[in-house]
Amino acid sequence: MCDTCGCNITSGNRHLLLDMPKATTPVSVLSTLLAHNDKQAETNRARLDRQGILAVNLMSSPGSGKTALLEATIAQLKSRLRIAVIEGDLETENDAARIRAQGVVAHQITTGTACHLDAHLVEGALDQIDLGQIDLLFIENVGNLVCPASFDLGHHLNVTLLSVTEGDDKPAKYPVMFRAADLMLVTKSDLLPHLDDFSPQRAEQHLRALANPAPVLTLSSRKNQGMEVWLQWLQEQVVAHKSRVAQQETLKPRVQKEGRALHQAAPAVRFRPVKPVHDHVD
Amino acid sequence: MHELSLCDDLMRQVTALAAEHRARRVASITLRMGPLSGVEPDLLRNAFEISRAGSVAETAELLIEPQPVRVRCRRCGAESEASVNNLLCRACGAFETALISGDELILARVELLNEE
Repeated sequence: MCDTCGCNITSGNRHLLLDMPKATTPVSVLSTLLAHNDKQAETNRARLDRQGILAVNLMSSPGSGKTALLEATIAQLKSRLRIAVIEGDLETENDAARIRAQGVVAHQITTGTACHLDAHLVEGALDQIDLGQIDLLFIENVGNLVCPASFDLGHHLNVTLLSVTEGDDKPAKYPVMFRAADLMLVTKSDLLPHLDDFSPQRAEQHLRALANPAPVLTLSSRKNQGMEVWLQWLQEQVVAHKSRVAQQETLKPRVQKEGRALHQAAPAVRFRPVKPVHDHVD
Repeated sequence: MHELSLCDDLMRQVTALAAEHRARRVASITLRMGPLSGVEPDLLRNAFEISRAGSVAETAELLIEPQPVRVRCRRCGAESEASVNNLLCRACGAFETALISGDELILARVELLNEE
């Protein structure tokens, strides 16, 4: 009988071997799976805050009018605010070229196959922009109602667009995205008379069902309808952020702010000190 | 499809933990996930199959503990079950609720093996 060839194992004692506990060390961690991204996001936010810059993340489906909104916004605000834009797309410089035509700095991130921006991609873009020269930074995320919602970029506010050519139940279909909105914009409102199945009121009800109290504005950037309330909101946010950072305070986008701190199971998002339950078998 | 980037983060944390405890292998990884985290458990499992190759967690079992969606009402104080697109208070119907469970994306536990 030996321990080498296994001849000590018989049908009578085999179950003892199978039941034998392995030398395992369970370790409690309780850290978020996005720790690496979130850490970079905090670094980005601190960098923006040092310059007093407000960063706004624009998210929506492809084609709901993010770039058109930026063109119209920049045209009307560039005399009052210094603006720069980070554009996220899978391919092409087209959107950055449209923004540059408005006379402001635009940096294009092409993500290749990645369907969202993350904090590391934004860090690289921040390196390309003279941050001492701007008050307001727009980050136009990749057109996608799913993944961008999960990534903190180091920005301060999430603005989510819903165009009237989409369904007004989009908030119910994409709750993770719309729950994260600090402001929801119903865009392309000039088309509303041609569409009998989109109701801005229903869209707002679906947003409220996600327990989201964010304001809802209806506008058309092409026809310059409802733009003044949006422009007013933006300017107020820039002023509020300047005084916030003067007090050494910052603002996190809605979901992160409300956050994970409420969860009893996850009091901290960082690595907690770990204690093996029993000693190692070295 | 951001499950692969999440797995990168997961592997980074697990590898660091294994090195810290001088473990030879990782036996199991337990995650707590809610449906409002925006992550699909099945896609994450697929991404994990790719990410773990050649790592200390090559043979590790991935255990996912789904978390329920629950809210606490800021108006009436009631705690209730909710669903991903209906986070209203079940008791009074208010939308002023706070999510207390359901958007977790947490690495809860790692089981390390010190023997081959």
